[in-house]
Amino acid sequence: MLKINNLHASVDGKSILKGVNLEVKAGEVHAIMGPNGSGKSTLASVIAGKEEYEVTKGDIFFDNKNIEDLSAEERAHKGVFLSFQYPVEIPGLSVTNFMKAAINETRKARGLEDMPAKDMLKMIRDKSELLEIDRKFLSRSLNEGFSGGEKKRNEIFQMAMLEPKLAILDETDSGLDIDALRIVANGVNKLKSKNNAVIVITHYQRLLDYIVPDFVHVIFNGKIVKSGGKELAHELEEKGYDWIKQEVNA
Amino acid sequence: MDLKEKLLSSFLAFENQINIDSQVHDIRSEAIKLFEENGFPTKKEEAWKYTSLNNVLKHDYSVFPKQENALEYSDIKKYFIHDIDSYKIVFIDGKYSSYFSQTTHDGMDICLMSAALNKPKYRLIIENYFNKAATKDSLASLNTAFSNEGAYIHIPKNKLVEKPIQIIHFSTGNESALMLQPRNLIVVDENSHVQIIERHQSLTENPVLTNSVTEIFTNKRAIVDYYKVQNDHQNASLIDNTFIKQKRESHCSVHTFSFGGKLTRNNLNFYQHGERIDSTLKGITIIGGKQHVDHNTLVHHKEPNCESHQDYKGVFADNSIGVFNGKIIVDKEAQKTNAFQSNNNILIHDKSTINSKPQLEIFADDVKCSHGCTIGQLDENALFYLQSRGIPEKEAKALLMYAFSNNVLNSVKIPELKQRITKLIANKLGVNIGFNL
Repeated sequence: MLKINNLHASVDGKSILKGVNLEVKAGEVHAIMGPNGSGKSTLASVIAGKEEYEVTKGDIFFDNKNIEDLSAEERAHKGVFLSFQYPVEIPGLSVTNFMKAAINETRKARGLEDMPAKDMLKMIRDKSELLEIDRKFLSRSLNEGFSGGEKKRNEIFQMAMLEPKLAILDETDSGLDIDALRIVANGVNKLKSKNNAVIVITHYQRLLDYIVPDFVHVIFNGKIVKSGGKELAHELEEKGYDWIKQEVNA
Repeated sequence: MDLKEKLLSSFLAFENQINIDSQVHDIRSEAIKLFEENGFPTKKEEAWKYTSLNNVLKHDYSVFPKQENALEYSDIKKYFIHDIDSYKIVFIDGKYSSYFSQTTHDGMDICLMSAALNKPKYRLIIENYFNKAATKDSLASLNTAFSNEGAYIHIPKNKLVEKPIQIIHFSTGNESALMLQPRNLIVVDENSHVQIIERHQSLTENPVLTNSVTEIFTNKRAIVDYYKVQNDHQNASLIDNTFIKQKRESHCSVHTFSFGGKLTRNNLNFYQHGERIDSTLKGITIIGGKQHVDHNTLVHHKEPNCESHQDYKGVFADNSIGVFNGKIIVDKEAQKTNAFQSNNNILIHDKSTINSKPQLEIFADDVKCSHGCTIGQLDENALFYLQSRGIPEKEAKALLMYAFSNNVLNSVKIPELKQRITKLIANKLGVNIGFNL
């Protein structure tokens, strides 16, 4: 589904990704771990198509198509979803209106009619129940005054609504208490299928107890330096990142 | 002949058409003298520093259109809020159109200024209210000098006017350039409530200049909600002079939606005469091209325990220019005043301009007054957030602008009007997303 070859990317002339290789197949869950500043979030933003990041070398293939020249919305239309580490607050735009616009614009791009209002309401109801979201919450302005947990739950709610092929969860666990973490992880697990894939970006093992990865990658200094199974996450939790850094530097 | 001279000589012709043996005409004669002395305002005046009328005044406007002009309802239907029952006072090229209007004298008067100025039964109201709120500056004086037609609304006490009143001025383009000077008088007595929508619409590209004066009197505990829809053709300019005199415990709100027109100047003046008065001034301006919109507001707090709320949002694209000049005066006697003013702007392009100038003159010592002004650009992170959810750039920008102005839109109390404004915003931004999803 996703194939990244020797990806180099920079922002404001500063090189951040220095040759990332990654392949994600349908049905898989990949975890990307690594210390602060290693390039985790940059990788997520580059896949999602943030314009400030310039791809200087390498390719990103999604469903066998090079997506480098596609805008963020075109990637979304193809089924790429990024759960933001810091979801943006937009006063004056309700969660519901935001989702209606997102769904109908995506449908338009796929040559479909707007979703009938009745179906939309039902979908909103079903998906908000999945994430234990209060209905009142949906008429509030997008992320404005939301707690950390509410913001992240709202991200996964959007993922549930948009039903992406590839979901990238960028530090979805940060700022979550244990109950919110369970709800979010539960939501992700229910949405998982053999046809879609998830990339979980995290510092900690904690989230991976709930969303169990098939593969764990360690990114350091703009490169994936180690890959393994879920046990690699436990090893990192125990020993920290220093031994990886030493291995790399050796 | 420049426009000033033309107007001065037209005044003599005007006098031949009307009853000059009246108290009102003494006021007119006084006013034309003031206009003669002062002329049109220039950028040398502080209040006109950022707005020049030169480009607007250069046309050879007809001051009195010659012929009656008929219109088809199908041509103008879209300019009405037609999905609600309403009173309508409609003018075509400055002349009253009984065909399109729906007026009333049933327990209240929703009718014509020309009738009110000439019929004895209105004399008392005219004597007590006509030109009692308007100031003597040159543009208001010019309008006063030629005042003859417009809307006349008198709501006696304890009356809830259930249908909104739409005041619409059409110009047909039959004159190559047309100047209009409508004069509205609105008197709302104790405990009464009325909603009014005003619109100026030219139907062709021919230049139109409207210099309008509206006087509104809200008596004890009256409530007036006034909406100005400014979405005119690109060659139409509007100078709107509105004067509101409020008595105690009355509430008056004016919402101004400025999307169209070449040059629009809103002189909006609130005078509070009594305690526990509430004045609300809100606006959304979204313009581009070479459009120019100037909001010049005044709230004069004269007595204690009153409030005023100002909230103006502006989005400026291309070479457009915005001006916000908001003055709040709190007299020494007006203790416990709460006066708030906020003006937020988004500049879309490098060449768009906003001049924002709050002026607070506070002579009382126990008041809460605040003002805030922001000028910024669309947030790139917010834009990426929306795009990453599949909303294309143009639509994403439109949604952000809509969100930005949403709190002003939300205080519109007529749902059909709110929907219409929303649609006008979508049209203006060139998108086809239902915002009221």
